[in-house]
Amino acid sequence: MTDLINLRSVSAAYGKGQVLWDVALDMKAGEAATVLGRNGVGKTTLMKTIMGQLPVSGGYIYVNGEEVTAMGAYQRARAGIGFVPQGRHVFPHLTVSENLEVGLAALARKGFKGPRKVPDMVFDLFPKLTQIANRKAGVLSGGEQQQLAIGRALAGQPSLLLLDEPTEGIQPNIVQQIEDALLRVRTELGVAILIVEQNLDFAWSFAERYFVMQRGRIVKQGKTAEDSAADIAKLVHV
Amino acid sequence: MDAAFLTGQVFNGFSVASIYILAALGLALSFGLMRVINMAHGEILMVGSYLAYLTILFIPGPLGIFAAMLVAFIGAGLLGAGLEAALVSKLTARPLDTLLATWGVSLILQQGARDVFGATGVSVTAPAWLDGAITIGALPLPAARLFIMAVAVAVLGGLALFLRMTRVGLLVRAVNQDRATASAMGVNVRQVDAFIFGLGAGVAGIGGVVLALLGPVTPNVGQSYIVTAFLVVVLGGLGSMIGTTIAAVMIGLVMALAQIFVDVSFAQVLTLLFVVLFLQFRPQGVIAIRSRALDAE
Ligand SMILES: Nc1ncnc2c1ncn2[C@@H]1O[C@H](COP(=O)(O)OP(=O)(O)OP(=O)(O)O)[C@@H](O)[C@H]1O
Ligand SMILES: [Mg+2]
Repeated sequence: MTDLINLRSVSAAYGKGQVLWDVALDMKAGEAATVLGRNGVGKTTLMKTIMGQLPVSGGYIYVNGEEVTAMGAYQRARAGIGFVPQGRHVFPHLTVSENLEVGLAALARKGFKGPRKVPDMVFDLFPKLTQIANRKAGVLSGGEQQQLAIGRALAGQPSLLLLDEPTEGIQPNIVQQIEDALLRVRTELGVAILIVEQNLDFAWSFAERYFVMQRGRIVKQGKTAEDSAADIAKLVHV
Repeated sequence: MDAAFLTGQVFNGFSVASIYILAALGLALSFGLMRVINMAHGEILMVGSYLAYLTILFIPGPLGIFAAMLVAFIGAGLLGAGLEAALVSKLTARPLDTLLATWGVSLILQQGARDVFGATGVSVTAPAWLDGAITIGALPLPAARLFIMAVAVAVLGGLALFLRMTRVGLLVRAVNQDRATASAMGVNVRQVDAFIFGLGAGVAGIGGVVLALLGPVTPNVGQSYIVTAFLVVVLGGLGSMIGTTIAAVMIGLVMALAQIFVDVSFAQVLTLLFVVLFLQFRPQGVIAIRSRALDAE
């Protein structure tokens, strides 16, 4: 089976400052994986590079066996990558339903036949979004914005969802809701998920594979079932 | 100085402001979205004026002016879209190069107009129904100037509706607010850029038609308005539509009221002074648009 996503010795830089070094990463359809690492090791940079918001300075990226290295973010979104960026990045002056509607732009992909509307599943996962549909995203609480950001990415019906610290700075009861929703996205929609997460307990129980980053490199990867979270925690916090 | 005279100048201020709105909107839209300055924008206005001249040659009569606006909107819009595709899109993130390249285009267009239509200028015969004046109280208001104001209001309303109510308008607003994220949601931001550039040029084309009602059309006609249009964009807050409109009205009024006391060129100096002083106290302009991430798509 071809990999859903495959990175081969990818490097990336902001101007002259190289941040990613020789990163290799692969995932199969429907898999869940987590990227672990302390602040500033390049997790967000990795996500932006996979999304295509940041061009690679070396290496190759494949989606479903097709090379996407030279493609812009919008083409990768249309190839089936959904993105929930760190800091949520909802469109502040658009309403909740307008934000979701922008997410539909990713459906402009070859062979997409279904209706161009936000799937009911999104409102089923996050009932709150129905109640606040007409409010401007900029005035919402962090938790509401996070639900919106995930809903917006799901509106594009991705086959891989990238999540960059979706529970950062969010109150605990909403964190629980978000984690439950992500489990349902996996099991009910079969969407593969690559998640950057500081909460090691959740990451470990959620993902079947992990990647540990240090200073722009993946220094260890494996299966969560085969390794101990405590050992990995030591590696993450060096 | 009597009240009627003062009211008349205020009216003039609004009608001049209407022209500035039409001239500045396109600049503001594309600056807001792409952070590019199009030095050829004045010549797009000029092309609109000549298109009005040609259209009215072929379609005289009372409705010719509406045909001229349609032709100028489409013609100037296509010219703008072509300019974006051939030049501006190739120079993204190189603002100085864009400035120089579009300046070059402006010179080419001016010379082109000189070669085709001559340097002396041509006149557009306004339809008869624009000749008279409508008298309100003791005040005769020239129909042509009322018409110009109506056109500006219609264009503003049309644009606002378009941005609020259509799907493309939604994508434009999304790109304007957060370019990188819009792109990650599947929005082809380059296409949105080209579209807005073309739309802004189309609006300038309509502005050119309106200019042709006020005086002869020369190859330099765009130059006389473009400097003030840039002032309007800066004063308005660099990219906001409401800010641009308010700024145009402010500048139009300052210009018209200053002309009660001094001649035109000194009024222009006073206007510039006004803008400089205003920006001293409010550097972000009338409406501050949120800072937008300029990072990669
Ligand atoms: N836009 C940028 N321009 C220049 N350098 C940047 C930029 N963004 C990040 N960096 C640098 O790249 C490195 C990796 O940053 P990145 O945001 O990818 O880390 P991270 O692992 O996501 O951190 P965090 O856990 O704090 O989110 C850091 O040294 C950071 O300073
Ligand atoms: Mg990060």
